[in-house]
Amino acid sequence: MGRDDLELLARDLRNGRISRRQAIARLAAVGLSAGSLGSALTASSPGPARAAAGGRGASGVLKLLYWQAPTILNPHLSQGTKDFHAAHLCCEALLTVDAAGNFAPVLAANVPSRANGQVAADGRSVTYKLKQGMKWADGRPFTSDDVVFTYQFVANKQTGATTYGSYVNVATVVPVDPYTVKITFKTPTPAWYVPFVGSNGMILPRHALDGYVGSNARNAPFNVKAFGTGPYMVDTFHPGDLVVYKINPYYRDPGKPAFSQVQMKGGGDATSAARAALETGEYDYAWNLQVEWPVLQGIAKGGKGQILTGRGGGVEQLYLNQSDPNKMVDGQRSSVKAPHPFLTDPKVRQALVMASDRQTIAQQLYGTTGDATANTLTTPTTLASKDTKVVFDIARANQLLDEAGYTRGPDGIRQKNGVKLQGVYQTSVNSLRQKEQEIIKAGWQQIGVAMTLKSIDAGVFFSSSPGNNDTWAHFYTDVEMFTTGFGSPFPSAYMARWYTGDPAKDIPQKENDWSGIACTRWIDKTFNDLYDEAQHELDPAKSRQLWIKMNDRVVDQAVAIPLVDRKIVSARANTLDTGPNMTPFDDETWNIADWKRRA
Amino acid sequence: MASVPPSQAASAPAAIRPYAESRPRAARTMWGDAWRRFRRHRLAMAGATVFLVLSAATVIGPVVYRVGINTIDFHASMAPPSAAHPFGTNDLGQDMLARVLYGGRLSIAVGITAMLMSVTVGTLMGAMAGFFGRTTDLLLMRVTDVFLSLPSLPLLLLVIYLYRDTLARLFGPQFGIFWLIVVVIGGLNWMPTARLVRAGFLAVKEKEFIEAARSLGVGTLSQIFRHILPNVLSPVIVSATLSVGSAIIAESTLSFLGLGFPPDTPTWGRLLYDSQNYLDMAPHMALFPGLMICLAVLSVNYVGDGLRDALDPRRLP
Repeated sequence: MGRDDLELLARDLRNGRISRRQAIARLAAVGLSAGSLGSALTASSPGPARAAAGGRGASGVLKLLYWQAPTILNPHLSQGTKDFHAAHLCCEALLTVDAAGNFAPVLAANVPSRANGQVAADGRSVTYKLKQGMKWADGRPFTSDDVVFTYQFVANKQTGATTYGSYVNVATVVPVDPYTVKITFKTPTPAWYVPFVGSNGMILPRHALDGYVGSNARNAPFNVKAFGTGPYMVDTFHPGDLVVYKINPYYRDPGKPAFSQVQMKGGGDATSAARAALETGEYDYAWNLQVEWPVLQGIAKGGKGQILTGRGGGVEQLYLNQSDPNKMVDGQRSSVKAPHPFLTDPKVRQALVMASDRQTIAQQLYGTTGDATANTLTTPTTLASKDTKVVFDIARANQLLDEAGYTRGPDGIRQKNGVKLQGVYQTSVNSLRQKEQEIIKAGWQQIGVAMTLKSIDAGVFFSSSPGNNDTWAHFYTDVEMFTTGFGSPFPSAYMARWYTGDPAKDIPQKENDWSGIACTRWIDKTFNDLYDEAQHELDPAKSRQLWIKMNDRVVDQAVAIPLVDRKIVSARANTLDTGPNMTPFDDETWNIADWKRRA
Repeated sequence: MASVPPSQAASAPAAIRPYAESRPRAARTMWGDAWRRFRRHRLAMAGATVFLVLSAATVIGPVVYRVGINTIDFHASMAPPSAAHPFGTNDLGQDMLARVLYGGRLSIAVGITAMLMSVTVGTLMGAMAGFFGRTTDLLLMRVTDVFLSLPSLPLLLLVIYLYRDTLARLFGPQFGIFWLIVVVIGGLNWMPTARLVRAGFLAVKEKEFIEAARSLGVGTLSQIFRHILPNVLSPVIVSATLSVGSAIIAESTLSFLGLGFPPDTPTWGRLLYDSQNYLDMAPHMALFPGLMICLAVLSVNYVGDGLRDALDPRRLP
């Protein structure tokens, strides 16, 4: 049976002259598989009609490349961004949110606000109205009860939900009627939009997970065979390798999604992923291309695709240790009880800020994938402070150190009373970061501050293992550098790394197994008061002011040196239209129902 | 007899050779003979010259060629080789020649020191096992087996994780790590040498000239080092020269994992690693460090080849 015969058969099949089963039987008779018919079917379909944004499933197969492979598809048990993205093809949240903090309804019928009365004036509750008549991918109806169940699932500590943090302030979730649900909060909060919105807010079907709340959660078949209200459902899943999705037959919009099948392939590294989407065109979409700008630029010349960027990839910043990493106190280094010999001096810190060439780092190493910034809080854009400036001034930095009384020794390193301005500067192994280290080190060298560079395997550096001295939380060096993402339009979790209301809990130390996140060990009452106030300030304008003031406090005190406001970077094929999918507070696949081939 | 032990040739009493009285000439020694044979080995001489030039360049180079290894200049980023930058520049605009010269010091030093270490340990273990036999042999060879079966990379990671900070504090960041790397690489590469030496000892120690030496009352150490060892040296030297290359590469593996020298120290292995993403845009970034590693390893191999021929006591001049 030649190719022509195969296409004839495919045409017969399309025209309904023979049934699919008959066709497969004929194929089997000549030793071909059903797959070859499938490819003949798609290959011989009329070109333009298929390429145009036709009806459901008309655009064929969509291939996504994730260099970190998805391992679990339950969005509330996700082990990382890639798992959220993989789950978001199946499951949806009540609302989605963009970089400026604007909301749009997904499963909700409208966006709650104070104006429409759905957000309580006292900040204690929010009421959602849900879209009506929606069905799960198995045909069961979607109701407010599923929202209630999702809360029960996440809030049970035994479940070990990774999204737990977004739901700690929720007191109750009550179904008012099948399409209305009311959420009440433990304490009045302006952040009504933290639960059930974006990445952390995807709704689970009660009927699929009812028996799996608590310690049994990891055994649910749903975790590998996820489905939801979203456009796709899982067909086959090989954890750590490949997810194949098929269309959810009950998806609410009959004209969507455009692709009949989605393959999400894992593995490789960021550079090879960039090549696959931009240079060779093997994949339609490649996620998270953390590649040095000159390299990425070179790959993009392949011409098969385009680089996508979006605000809110987090801020790459330097943290200056306020405790002494070389002194052992109570069996640990970097103890709050031992202040740092020179980084506690505000003038030294200011000088280090001035001698950090952020503009060069941003332009040369990040290009369009990051901007130099003086702010630690940059996203949502409404919370970015306008009072700060990126300054690079070696002369002024030298002057500051002179004023502080540090004089240059014969080796060019400044010192005062036997305290030399030298230390260790650590970050994770990543060629981009190692270059940033070199640029920072060169700048600081010019003002007589000597740094020894250290790079630690990312798996160790970002781990939370209490026994490993090389983690960012132990911070057994003088300076360290990494990026933290924003996560939510309410920056409470993000700014918590400077909050030390309860030092025993907030500062990482032996006594709490290094579980705190205030890694600089900077204790500042002004900041703590602002932070406490912001948790309860209901007026949006005042709330914004508080966050901006907190940012300015950190920047003025220079306990951290923000370097680059990074962007999220992915790539898509020229033939693919993904719409506005790049957003900091939701997953890049949030609008996959709208993805289509360009005409 | 196929093998005339050098000791006999060198220490034969002059009385047996009456013509020596009439034609006086310098006494021949084992090392003198070896040197003469080595000089006649052209590739070995070429290898030795190249290696000496390379080593000299890395030692003297940074003193003469005074360009900073860490001077960043984005205007000259990824510039191809030119008069200003003979080896071109890398993506940060740092001069590649300066980095290659400076990095060569460390790479060559690591390679040679680690090789010396593994050969010394391996030879001692193998010689003792082969010479004394019985329980000593059993014990030492089981130790060797244990070391051979240890997965070296995880062990490297563990050792470096445990001792890096301590050593860095004792000897300074660069020197402390240098010794750690040398000890770790050398300490995990001696096993093949030990086996080779043991096998050689087992074969040679039964030969007649050893029996003769023993019956003449030659001491144990003398038997080992003066009579047997020279006869088993050739395979050892081959494996030693090969291990120089693998030590240079092992060091770059450690740098790659963030466990070697500080990330801004431009060893050859790291330079090569850093350049991998720029192969299509700036091939010179990979070319020069790669060429240096290649030259160093190749020349050491030829030297080893020549040494093997020269030191083989069975080959008469």
